[in-house]
Amino acid sequence: MRFLLKILNSNRTHFEKSGRLQRLSPLFEATESFLFSGSEVTSSSPHVRDGLDLKRMMIIVVIAAIPAVLMAIYNTGLQANLATSKVALGDFNSWRISLMEVFYLSADSKCFISNIFHGSLFFFPVYIVTVVVGGAWEVLFALIRRRDINEGFLVTSILFPLILPPDIPLWQVALGISFGVVIGKEVFGGVGMNILNPALTGRVFLFFAYPAEISGNSVWVGVDAVSSATWLGDGGVDAVSSATPLSAFADSTLSNIVTWTDAFLGFMPGSMGETSTLACLIGAFILIITGVGSWRIMVSVLIGMTTLSLLLNIIGSETNPLFSLSPLWHLVLGGFAFGVVYMATDPVTAAMTEGGKVVYGLLIGFLVVLVRVLNPAFPEGMMFAILFANVFAPIIDRVFINLNIKRRAIRNGN
Amino acid sequence: MGKYSKIILDPLVDKNPVTFHILGICSALAVTSKLETSIVMSLAVLFVLSLSNLSISIIRNFIPGSIRILIEMTIIASLVIIADQLIKAFAFELSKELSVYVGLIITNCIIMGRAEAYASKNPPLQSLFDGIGNALGYSCVLIVVGGIRELLGSGKILGVNILRPINEGGWYEPNGLFLLSPSAFILIGLLIWVVRTLKPEQSEEE
Repeated sequence: MRFLLKILNSNRTHFEKSGRLQRLSPLFEATESFLFSGSEVTSSSPHVRDGLDLKRMMIIVVIAAIPAVLMAIYNTGLQANLATSKVALGDFNSWRISLMEVFYLSADSKCFISNIFHGSLFFFPVYIVTVVVGGAWEVLFALIRRRDINEGFLVTSILFPLILPPDIPLWQVALGISFGVVIGKEVFGGVGMNILNPALTGRVFLFFAYPAEISGNSVWVGVDAVSSATWLGDGGVDAVSSATPLSAFADSTLSNIVTWTDAFLGFMPGSMGETSTLACLIGAFILIITGVGSWRIMVSVLIGMTTLSLLLNIIGSETNPLFSLSPLWHLVLGGFAFGVVYMATDPVTAAMTEGGKVVYGLLIGFLVVLVRVLNPAFPEGMMFAILFANVFAPIIDRVFINLNIKRRAIRNGN
Repeated sequence: MGKYSKIILDPLVDKNPVTFHILGICSALAVTSKLETSIVMSLAVLFVLSLSNLSISIIRNFIPGSIRILIEMTIIASLVIIADQLIKAFAFELSKELSVYVGLIITNCIIMGRAEAYASKNPPLQSLFDGIGNALGYSCVLIVVGGIRELLGSGKILGVNILRPINEGGWYEPNGLFLLSPSAFILIGLLIWVVRTLKPEQSEEE
């Protein structure tokens, strides 16, 4: 590491004011603070005695997302292997399977390594495209605006692949993350100024632009086999992001398709990182004990979801079996757990005031059940619920701030 | 630059009713999914706006201030009905696609806005040119947005295949978002971004 520091220090002058490469100084800053912590010290008061800066906060979120990433890789591989084994041999048209054969691995769903390997071949291409394309936009905007490159994109880049289906074409990944970063974030002024969650903005763009690749029930398992992927069709859970409760979806029939435990652990098809509620719970634990994610938001989303789904359970409906879907199932299906833990708690786009967080969370909880159950056009509502609540967050905050001002005015006799 | 050419050219970019005054957004969202409908809409607005400016300006000194809005509305509404009937008579298929939006020109804020802000205070010829200029400014935005939306949304321009879609044996996968009205919102936003980067004096003060 010593020699890296030497290189950095000997080149520092070029990037400072009036240096030759002054325009590229954000790149230098980013490299320096990524390798070592920056040499810059705050010079004006107030001096907060805590090391919690944007970088540490973002890195904690990334760490919290690791369980979901591991689960994404394993489960994507598992589902792909399972599906592959149901297709007649010789029907494959897959570079992934060919590459696995080079390493003497077959698409065997019982083989742990094979699952991990196959899953990696789905996850990492998407991840790399996200980082390269999204990173390029970040650097471009930082250079044009002469600002430092921000760590915020680390989080977006890890969350974005997790909410995509494994089969998504890579050019769509590039397009989605471009839209998310540029329209979702940079046009508002960059990290910290955005109204909407950039990763979800990218996904919602893909959802409306190319619905065939991101909804329906054939995209949630990565199979390149020719005839593939219809095995879910007969009444399967096209789980997730499109959470899709297909066909008859009352509890009883649902448990024929996937057991609650499997759904909880994440062994079902779906968007790569969203299937496992357990992984999300581990992430939630990390976020809450470090104080990075707000427990108020998470709890109130849960309360909102439970209340409305219980209410709908009681009301009941003869034509719509989704009415009887219990809160426990709502919890483990679709992008609910993932959205609550990693998306709804995004400190930039969530409500800031403590009371506001509760209202914001309840709103998400209600909306997700409303969209899932009462809107037949969209099987999954988590994405819409969070984006919708994002838009309302500033108004909610405003109400709470004004209430607080009024309360203090009354207390002080004005 | 002559007085009249300035009146016509100003609203094209510098004081564009859509990108500078942010008026007429509703119809710009509704009719721009295809270039053809955008052009017809532009022509209809050109017709209504220039004639309404002209006629309001001619009688501007005889309109009592307290009922001026009523009188302006009556004139605009009559012109809109004529435009609507003309389109129905000569381009029936298009009129079905435009559905209510030709009739809704009456609520287009650009028309009322120009009548109030310009035609009621200026002589007829200038008002006529102001109407033509503003209608052309509106048309510019409509045609740009309509062109981009049709090209990306269905791979065509004026119904002719440019980017051949996959389901017709080509390579282009149509982007469904551009067929939905929110995309026009995003495009107009980007357009405003471009215009204000090129002409920083248009930006509002912070």
